[in-house]
Amino acid sequence: MSTADSSSFAMSSATQIAAQIRSGQMTASAVLENHLAAITARESEIHAFNLVTIDQARAQAAAVDAMVAAGQDPGPLAGVPVAIKDNMCTRGVPTTCSSRMLEGWRPPYDATVVTKLAAAGAVMIGKTNLDEFAMGSSTENSAFGPTRNPRDTSRVPGGSSGGSAAAVAAGFAPISLGSDTGGSIRQPAALCGVVGVKPTYGMVSRLGLVAFASSLDQIGPFANDVADAALVMDVIAGHDPGDSTSIPMEHPSLTAAIAQGVEGLRIGRITDLPGGADPEVEARLEEAFAALAAAGAQIVDVQVPALTYGLTAYYLIAPAEASSNLARYDGVRYGMRVPASDTNSMYMATRHEGFGPEVKRRIMLGTYALSAGYFDAYYGKALKVRRLIADDFDRAYQQVDVMLTPTAPSVAFALGAKTDDPLAMYLCDTYTIPSNLAGHPAMSVPFGTGADDLPVGVQIMAATLNEPVMFRVAAALEAAAGSNGNGRGGQ
Amino acid sequence: MPERIDVHVVAKVSRLARLDLTPSEIEVTTEQLAKMLDHFADIDAVDLDAVVPMTQPYPLINVLREDVEQPCLDRDEVLAVAPDVEDHRFRVPPIIGLED
Repeated sequence: MSTADSSSFAMSSATQIAAQIRSGQMTASAVLENHLAAITARESEIHAFNLVTIDQARAQAAAVDAMVAAGQDPGPLAGVPVAIKDNMCTRGVPTTCSSRMLEGWRPPYDATVVTKLAAAGAVMIGKTNLDEFAMGSSTENSAFGPTRNPRDTSRVPGGSSGGSAAAVAAGFAPISLGSDTGGSIRQPAALCGVVGVKPTYGMVSRLGLVAFASSLDQIGPFANDVADAALVMDVIAGHDPGDSTSIPMEHPSLTAAIAQGVEGLRIGRITDLPGGADPEVEARLEEAFAALAAAGAQIVDVQVPALTYGLTAYYLIAPAEASSNLARYDGVRYGMRVPASDTNSMYMATRHEGFGPEVKRRIMLGTYALSAGYFDAYYGKALKVRRLIADDFDRAYQQVDVMLTPTAPSVAFALGAKTDDPLAMYLCDTYTIPSNLAGHPAMSVPFGTGADDLPVGVQIMAATLNEPVMFRVAAALEAAAGSNGNGRGGQ
Repeated sequence: MPERIDVHVVAKVSRLARLDLTPSEIEVTTEQLAKMLDHFADIDAVDLDAVVPMTQPYPLINVLREDVEQPCLDRDEVLAVAPDVEDHRFRVPPIIGLED
């Protein structure tokens, strides 16, 4: 029966799919059609996508099948459908950032990550919904309507990469890409019950990622399991001469790292972590520490006092950078233009009509924080607090290899619950923001459930370029969650 | 900490940001920004005098790349997505000369 087929394909991992396509046991075209069937069945209630790229995907899958038939290897992601957050440029394919400002815009180039995925044999299945210009924590700020959480469609999927998280959780694609400026991969991963990774700043090229806050933005994967996330990281990581902040080095294979276990690793428990998480979320975190201790790791208490000020530093720095980055949307070279009699009026009218309320709010906050008379009091101070946070982290990482926190303070909340109170929405990012400020890697792994049986994510944070150890810990947590019945079994 | 933000400052900032906010939007924005800035006052208690600002997470040095010819964007493809074009250039309404 076709639905049984599509669910069995949808439950397959990217690792398995690629292996079976490379060995000729399955075709990329059949895998694609089954995922398209899953989308047809449920996309109308989820709205994970701004665009499903059916024709292009079929052509890419056929090309993969032709390579296999000709005895060539299409690459490590052979025939694996991948969903791309709609703030990454795709040549000739609409890229909207879920904003009226860019509706209908077709970029003249591909983001480096898109090129790399295609070169590894992946098949792009569509562009996913997000909070407008990646500003938000619920995907409710999209100009094209919200995405709903596949685990409970009355709830948000988190954000801003909510479409990419929902696409994986709903079985529309085994893997997807998101971008993370203050938690926009990890928080929706936690709320949708999937794995989400924010790599070290500079590990993955930002060329072709539409800029939100350039010193914080980083692209990373969503996946159903840690091995798939490692597989995607191994494909997309690496130096790109086109991104001046890209780190010029070779990165070790994370796929090779994950089997090494956690024996002897030092896991940090932050004793002065800002409170406010739900009791169930706190309980899962404690179980995660216990599981790692049982697997041979050592739990070490550490203090990171400056974390308390992370939210303030972030919500001054990110809007300041955004106000500068979004100055380019002026109706001149691309995107929307509202005609007017002179250029300045055209700028004002275009930006008034093109941007939604949250984007305007952040541009206003950032412009204020950067303006004469307020710069030292806000932006200047925030940059100094950013240094304190990085220094506190450095001290902590002399004592531990990784630190664990909740990813989000609560399970997925109802649509509309926080839309009237921007500050309440910002507080969703308390635990994820510090890694962006420091430029460190962090990831969320599903670990049991909280209120209303909804997924809880545990966040693993590590020092710059310590992804191999972070992934070892992630694999151990995943194994423990599975054996406790805390994993995604029963989905 | 500066004085509490008011509608006059918000109106000025909206002009700086080229955002044509309506009077009611300015009022709502003032209220929301004031609430956020109150929350952000937590960093006033931190002694930051000796702290060096951190603008980016990874230490970078300026390097010049080799002067090698590289492919660039296709001009027609770029102009095809522009709002208005004339003679292979972006066309905009008058910049000066319309003041009354």
